[in-house]
Amino acid sequence: MSILIDRSTKVRWQGITGGAGSFHTRGCLEYGTQVVGGVTPGKGGSRVERVPVFDTVREAVANTGATATMIFVPAPFAADAILEAAEAGIQLIVCITEGMPALDMARIKAVLKGRPTRLIGPNCPGVITPGQCKIGIMPGYIHKPGKVGVISRSGTLTYEAVWQLTQRGLGQSTVIGIGGDSILGSSFSDLLPLFEADPETEAVLLIGEIGGSDEEDAATFSQKHMTKPLVAFIAGQTAPPGRRMGHAGAIISGSHGTATEKIAVLRAVGIPVADTPATIGATLQALLTSRVS
Amino acid sequence: MNLFEYQAKTLLARYGVPVPAGAPIASVQEVDAALARVPVGPWMVKAQVASGGRGKAGGIKRAATPVEVRDVVQQLLGRTLVTRQTGPAGVIVHRLLLEEAQPVEQELYVAVTMDRRRACPLLLASTQGGMEIEELARVRPDAIIQEAIDPWRRLQPIQARRLAQALGFKASLLTQAADLIQRVVTVFFEWDCSLLEINPLVVVKSSTEGHVTPRLLALDAKVTLDDNGAFRHPEFQTLQDELELDASERQAVQAGVSYIRLSGAIGCLVNGAGLAMATMDLIKHHGGEPANFLDVGGGASIKQVTEAFQILCSDPQVKAVLVNIFGGIMRCDVIAEGIRAALAERPLRVPMVVRLEGTRVEEGRAILQRSGLSLISANDLTEAAEQVVKAAKAAGT
Repeated sequence: MSILIDRSTKVRWQGITGGAGSFHTRGCLEYGTQVVGGVTPGKGGSRVERVPVFDTVREAVANTGATATMIFVPAPFAADAILEAAEAGIQLIVCITEGMPALDMARIKAVLKGRPTRLIGPNCPGVITPGQCKIGIMPGYIHKPGKVGVISRSGTLTYEAVWQLTQRGLGQSTVIGIGGDSILGSSFSDLLPLFEADPETEAVLLIGEIGGSDEEDAATFSQKHMTKPLVAFIAGQTAPPGRRMGHAGAIISGSHGTATEKIAVLRAVGIPVADTPATIGATLQALLTSRVS
Repeated sequence: MNLFEYQAKTLLARYGVPVPAGAPIASVQEVDAALARVPVGPWMVKAQVASGGRGKAGGIKRAATPVEVRDVVQQLLGRTLVTRQTGPAGVIVHRLLLEEAQPVEQELYVAVTMDRRRACPLLLASTQGGMEIEELARVRPDAIIQEAIDPWRRLQPIQARRLAQALGFKASLLTQAADLIQRVVTVFFEWDCSLLEINPLVVVKSSTEGHVTPRLLALDAKVTLDDNGAFRHPEFQTLQDELELDASERQAVQAGVSYIRLSGAIGCLVNGAGLAMATMDLIKHHGGEPANFLDVGGGASIKQVTEAFQILCSDPQVKAVLVNIFGGIMRCDVIAEGIRAALAERPLRVPMVVRLEGTRVEEGRAILQRSGLSLISANDLTEAAEQVVKAAKAAGT
């Protein structure tokens, strides 16, 4: 089992004909993902890597039965692509696109409210259920099927953490990069219930960073609603306030959103937090071992 | 991007938000021209630094005569201001804003910010102006009025009036305040702001033809633009050109990499913002201090890596370098080629630790090995951090 996606997931692509879009289409096909169609307005009828391209999302859905989409269009067009997918009734939208204005995301969140569509991202590496389905740009080989759920605000730091897990023999049920922006389609707390309900997932790893209050909300949520154990890591302990650390969402404003504050809140509800990025795997392993014994 | 006060006020004035008469000054030679634009004294001379707390640090001065204005300008230009936000090194004052001093009757606070949790712009207001909103939120949370703004419908006039009323305004000031709030929100939307703060918003008594009427003015303004909105605002570039970026930070903007200079001795080159932050944390954990944050991004080219490397090494404080790459989209061989190219142009003067992992790691390692560069290679994160801290210490930091 897994959450969000598995081997039966039929994925459709938005922005399939761009250079990076077709490169990653190939990557996902090679991983075994069922990429059933692509959408690039004006290029309907053509093919990329044997995948048929349609002009509109509605057409692609009608012809392929896709339930998930990966959005890979440039930032100025990403909001419209998300709205088109939502309007066509797609269940899962994974938006990889980096650099979307926060106001665009605010508008999208208002539209998605109350709809069954789930948005992951933007500015994220995507979602992978190891051995089954990859909707994203992460290197597939570092993953291994297993029982740890991972939710992260980062990209390469997620790869680092997953690699540490895999090297310790700890496979993953599903790994989700929720993105590094200030307004995200899904937060930690939106996804934790899915891992709680997934019989295959035994523990969840949260990788957070400075800025916002998503980690604090996750701590509160887990205390109230989670029976499965969590482990966390928070990046940015040395980040200076007021400077945007690469990610649009990674900024300490005043005394809010600091790593120290987040770590304290997580630890206060009994969630172990790895001291350094090098000990994420070890911290999770220690937790699982202690629960067995 | 944080705008200077004079930039923020120019922007607000374009949208009809009342601001004091003012003129920027970048050199003593510009004083006369500025006085011609702001002929009525007394004046305020305000240091233009993108940092809070400048008043307490001596960055705002009053002048009663044109001679005093000139004296104050001479005192402030080129001076280093140390505020609670700048760190001990402070910031150098390159520009001033000359303004007509105002007879302030009342100070209030109005701001629009992006509420991350609710995913919408949020209007904040308080009758307790002049204070820092954070401090106010801590001691008197009830004194802050909030109004969520629908991102599609924007602010409705009734919302603006409701807020103006909640601030205690009546009659002419009520309509003035509602109008000002509406305009401020318009700027927030039209300019993709992530923060627009007017603190203080003041009530002044102004007399025209014998009538004394109260008037609202934005006495100080702080605007942060959402960098992600730059693609639909060509003017962002013009505004950015006026900001005093560190030379290497400017070079980084041009190269399209994310670089922030810090005060330590260990230069870092990392792919991905999260991993870059985590690498800085790790260096600190092992007793070192990072010299910078540098994220070369997901899909950097060999040229970008080369430039990033040069920016990093141009910092004279750097005593050792740590390259930490986890290849995903970014391939390790591209990073390795970039490092080789950068060092061929300008040989490294400090020790360098390289840790590569992920996509095409073998090819990347082979390129570095063949290059004949003297590198310390590390197989995992802890080893990399320990090695680079040791190397920096040996180089005498």
